[in-house]
Amino acid sequence: MTIDARMTDVVRASYGRLLAILSSRTGDILLAEDALSDAFAKALIHWPKDMPKNPEAWLLTVPRNRLMDIVRRDKRIEFRNEIPEIDANAMSETVTLSKDEAFFPDERLKLMFVCAHPAIDAKIHTPLMLQTVLGLGVEVIGQAFLIPHQTMAKRLVRAKRKIKDSGVAFQLPCQQDLQPRVSAVLEAIYGAFSRDWLGAGALAEESLYLVSLLAELMPNDPEVLGLGALIMYTLSREEARVHEGVFVPLEEQDISKWDTDLILTARRYLERAQAQGVFGRFQLEAAIQAVHADRVSTGEINWEALAQLHLGLSRIAPTIGANVGYAAALGKAMGPKAGLDALCAIDEKVRSSFAPAEATRAYLLSEVEQWQMAADAYDKAICLTVEPPLIEYLQAKRAALGPKLA
Amino acid sequence: MRYTFLTYSRPEDFANVPPEELGKLKGLFGAYIGSLKEAGILVATDWLQPVSSATTVSDGGNRIQDGPFAESKETLSGYMTIEVPDLDVAINWAKKCPMAKYGAVEIRPTAMEA
Repeated sequence: MTIDARMTDVVRASYGRLLAILSSRTGDILLAEDALSDAFAKALIHWPKDMPKNPEAWLLTVPRNRLMDIVRRDKRIEFRNEIPEIDANAMSETVTLSKDEAFFPDERLKLMFVCAHPAIDAKIHTPLMLQTVLGLGVEVIGQAFLIPHQTMAKRLVRAKRKIKDSGVAFQLPCQQDLQPRVSAVLEAIYGAFSRDWLGAGALAEESLYLVSLLAELMPNDPEVLGLGALIMYTLSREEARVHEGVFVPLEEQDISKWDTDLILTARRYLERAQAQGVFGRFQLEAAIQAVHADRVSTGEINWEALAQLHLGLSRIAPTIGANVGYAAALGKAMGPKAGLDALCAIDEKVRSSFAPAEATRAYLLSEVEQWQMAADAYDKAICLTVEPPLIEYLQAKRAALGPKLA
Repeated sequence: MRYTFLTYSRPEDFANVPPEELGKLKGLFGAYIGSLKEAGILVATDWLQPVSSATTVSDGGNRIQDGPFAESKETLSGYMTIEVPDLDVAINWAKKCPMAKYGAVEIRPTAMEA
């Protein structure tokens, strides 16, 4: 393996762990980032000549020493916890940071809670987590959030200053704060995932990595497992979602293109979540995906079950998306009229600016042979849509109505 | 770390509060300050007269005017300075402050070097 490839590997696997350990000691993420990137630069020079036996330990020792120097010079900074002394060459090759839990307990969970702290603007939670826990570059993050990377960089720096200046603790929240804080962490991960549901970028994979990490650290939290299952179910269909540039609705997807291994893992997560006996939003969303995944073994879709689950979801989390999902499932289970009635129950102002609502209405109207109204609804949905594969799909549906229109 | 709670409220919210209610509020406040002392974290505190009593000095002392520095609906009504390990602890104390219910509590970390 080349030094570059080895570096990339170590960075990918260890960046978040190293940064979490270093920043938890001073509460200063910016300072830790500087020390860490300095160490990476030194590694590029030293490793080709003298590869340390344990690169991760080396990558902790070098920035640790640098931090200690800075702390000695600047009396204002104080260490909250001492970083243990280690010898990168004395440790055996098999011992890595991730395996030596007693020596280096995993601090990434603390870092995740810091990123999603209520004292930090909720809009920056997801970008902050992607940058600090995963080491994603600010260009990539800016692109995903449709914000110039310079602006994104400024916002990230501002958030990190606030964390340091306001004294946000690098520790797990106390029992009474735990539930809302876990929800904020899950929201931040969901934010990364939902930004990328067409699978255009890498954020869906990154969100899976984050939620798996969270599940490892909090193995019994039903919503953590629920979100994990939801992300895996969605990722399992990545190959089937778009065919020749056109979006394919879930119920029409070619199941031979689904990733059955990932579906199995998703099912295990969901079963573990359900075993906790506590209901939650992400668990319900995952259960909806599980019903669709059942098509692999049963060959059909249980729309009645879907309508029930969507109804439950729209009660716990009454978002426009959940309400439209319910109307669509009801339309399949009880007929298009029932679906249209459910759509009508949604506030028209909200509904008429939400593309999936107009697309669902268009479909249901065509089912009751209201051709002109269906065509108008498709036109509206097309106007509200930005993703090219979805536009292609909606345009094809609209075109198919052509012969029916007077 | 040292934090100061700045308590804000709308004077109009208290304009029509009967005296016995106000008395109760003062009691709540007293109890809260007592619990901060009890915990050994209170550094300093004061409860202020309404802004109608304010006098503002500016322009190097050349300007002295009747009234507050900035006119706003929410006004500063008091402060408490406490010494606690981190923001989470500060937030949990701020939640217990009676002004979190009747107005808002702004938490500001100290900028003075130890």
